[in-house]
Amino acid sequence: MEAALYNIVLVGTPNSGKTSLFNALTGSRQKVANYPGVTVERKQGFFVTPRGRQVSLIDLPGTYSLRGRSPDEEITRDVVLGRAKGETLPELVLCVADATNLRLAIRLVLEMKHTGRPMVLALNMFDIAKRRGVTVDVPALSAALGIPVVTSIAVRKGGTDELLQLTDTIAAEATQIARENDWRPHSVAELRATQREADRIIKETVSLPARPDTWTARVDSVVLHPVFGLIILAAILFVMFQAVFAWAQPVMELIAGGFELLGQWVQATLPAGLLQSFIQNGVISGVGSVIVFLPQIIIIFLFILLLEDFGYMARAAFLMDRIMGGAGLHGRAFIPLLSSFACAIPGIMATRVIDNRRDRLTTILIAPLMTCSARIPVYTLIISAFIPAKQVWGWINLQGLVMFGLYVVGITSAMAVSALIKFFMWRDDAPAPFMLELPDYKLPRLKSIAIGIYTRAMMFLQRAGTTIFAMMVLIWFLASFPQAPVGATDPGIDYSLAAIIGRFIEPVLAPLGFNWQIAVALIPGMAAREVAVAALGTVYSIEGGKEAAEQIGQVLATKWSLATALSLLAWYIFAPQCASTLAVIKRETGGWRWMWITFFYMLALAYAASLVTYNIARSFGAG
Amino acid sequence: MTIDLHESDSVRLLGNARRGFSGTVQALKGGNAESSLSAAELESRLIELGFVEGARVEVLHEGLIGRDPIAVRVENITVAVRRREAMAVVVI
Ligand SMILES: Nc1nc2c(ncn2[C@@H]2O[C@H](COP(=O)(O)OP(=O)(O)OP(=O)(O)O)[C@@H](O)[C@H]2O)c(=O)[nH]1
Ligand SMILES: [Mg+2]
Repeated sequence: MEAALYNIVLVGTPNSGKTSLFNALTGSRQKVANYPGVTVERKQGFFVTPRGRQVSLIDLPGTYSLRGRSPDEEITRDVVLGRAKGETLPELVLCVADATNLRLAIRLVLEMKHTGRPMVLALNMFDIAKRRGVTVDVPALSAALGIPVVTSIAVRKGGTDELLQLTDTIAAEATQIARENDWRPHSVAELRATQREADRIIKETVSLPARPDTWTARVDSVVLHPVFGLIILAAILFVMFQAVFAWAQPVMELIAGGFELLGQWVQATLPAGLLQSFIQNGVISGVGSVIVFLPQIIIIFLFILLLEDFGYMARAAFLMDRIMGGAGLHGRAFIPLLSSFACAIPGIMATRVIDNRRDRLTTILIAPLMTCSARIPVYTLIISAFIPAKQVWGWINLQGLVMFGLYVVGITSAMAVSALIKFFMWRDDAPAPFMLELPDYKLPRLKSIAIGIYTRAMMFLQRAGTTIFAMMVLIWFLASFPQAPVGATDPGIDYSLAAIIGRFIEPVLAPLGFNWQIAVALIPGMAAREVAVAALGTVYSIEGGKEAAEQIGQVLATKWSLATALSLLAWYIFAPQCASTLAVIKRETGGWRWMWITFFYMLALAYAASLVTYNIARSFGAG
Repeated sequence: MTIDLHESDSVRLLGNARRGFSGTVQALKGGNAESSLSAAELESRLIELGFVEGARVEVLHEGLIGRDPIAVRVENITVAVRRREAMAVVVI
């Protein structure tokens, strides 16, 4: 009979490389980045040791102690102590320490020993430690701690060999027996005593170099400069949003051209009829119009991944702390909000690192206002149809500038909403403390960036193939049936269900300048923002008939007034058009209440913003 | 108990220290800081980030508004804290 599954959990201070080890051992692709608080969930993976033992490995959020001060740290505590529902006590706790930063890690190990679980300590990032001239007397450290100690390099091939061998030995011989759990939250005096003990052990077993990381110090002297630091941060964001527009354009035109050719080919090859219409209008004009935006999605992720891996995120949080404090936000909110530029869902999850419940709630409520990558297709489509592609001040692309403006409006309104929440709901509270380790910079590793981008791109394409495709089939059906009666003079689509539904809602949206085609596209757009682009693609392509193979942008330019276009842009800055985000808000806040609050406040803002934009634009003659 | 700032020139609070200051942690006085955390909780968190008596500290960077927050080197790591909380750290 095969030996039972051996349960190991990874515990350690934040940013010590637990997830990197987890990925290396199990072959997973969980998110790794160079700032504390990346992992906020329990993740399970499996691997087989060299001697054939089946292992279940659990990755956990990093923590400085088992006290569980924030939701992510509570997860770690509950798993380690076997308190979580359906959780068995781990057979081995694999403590992971950053070998260049042992003080806090050793203190945690000493605290963890109280849990009585068999433990192993992995001195990770040993490559960096070696390079800096840190030497560790491993046997002596092991003796002082009373647990086996190995070194590891999670990001290098073969860097976990020693750890694997040790796991085998321990699993086979059961050298360590679990003891009674006498852990309880440490008092201040106990914490102090364990830190002293840790410092003593380190003094005896580790020799630290006289040369710290001068590279980090040099970069920081520029990046954390009170004035230049902020200018650099603003420049990075500006280049990022410009790039989304300017750099992606050539590739996008290629893809769009490809779909256009495909559409023409389908029109020429397939006999006219329902099948031709479905493939050409539903699949190619609908789903295709979303896939075109892949290059932009890749660019925004590339920027965010580079900043994360380099170690800039924690610095940005430092620079922004007081500025965000003015809007009633916590400095730790910066990283979740910046991640929300990619997608609000991981952003909202990342708020688990904020220990103060109110600060966390505020951040969750405004995260969906940050311009996520799903808005990019909508923005780009409208901007390229209505804003001329000229250069301003010589080098700035006007379309890119408008895009940047939309991002700025998103950010500003998020800050304003947060300030209002703070003012009306908890104005008298003293601000919660901001304490954050600033990790040493690391050169982003090509492989991890490539994997990160690949995973995100596949997720985007998968969405296009599932959610968006399903919605497209629905829209195509609604826009095609019932078919026009024989001898009808109006375009066929005017008799369809889509037109009936669209016209039914139109009166509500007419003050915003939206026609029935927009109204009908916004409904499936509730599932996901990009769907609206695809829906418009399908609806106009069916309506267009002959010139259907034309690109959707060109069609819009002839069908909408500038005021309508601007109004729709304003709508998309605010509208809560994403079912998954709402679902995550419900889960993370533990109830319907905050989900509905988010939904309605965003809807109200969207309506108001569109109304104002439309009327102002019309009064300037853009109607 | 609060520490008298003028007690001696060399006794200071980290929360008042300017960029370039370097010294050693002498004591933690959670009650000194007007933090939203209780004195014990604040001290616990500071210790968990390595601020124990005898630790070498250096103020590396300051923020723009009110020179806040500060980036402090504590032995061999860098930690960002607000001045409000850093008031709990007595340094010499
Ligand atoms: N050079 C080197 N870098 C490493 C090693 N292990 C991890 N890293 C890097 O260290 C950073 C942190 O790694 P993560 O695996 O995300 O750390 P974590 O412990 O899971 O962090 P949290 O989830 O925030 O607690 C990343 O930038 C990794 O690429 C290593 O052995 N050597
Ligand atoms: Mg992790």
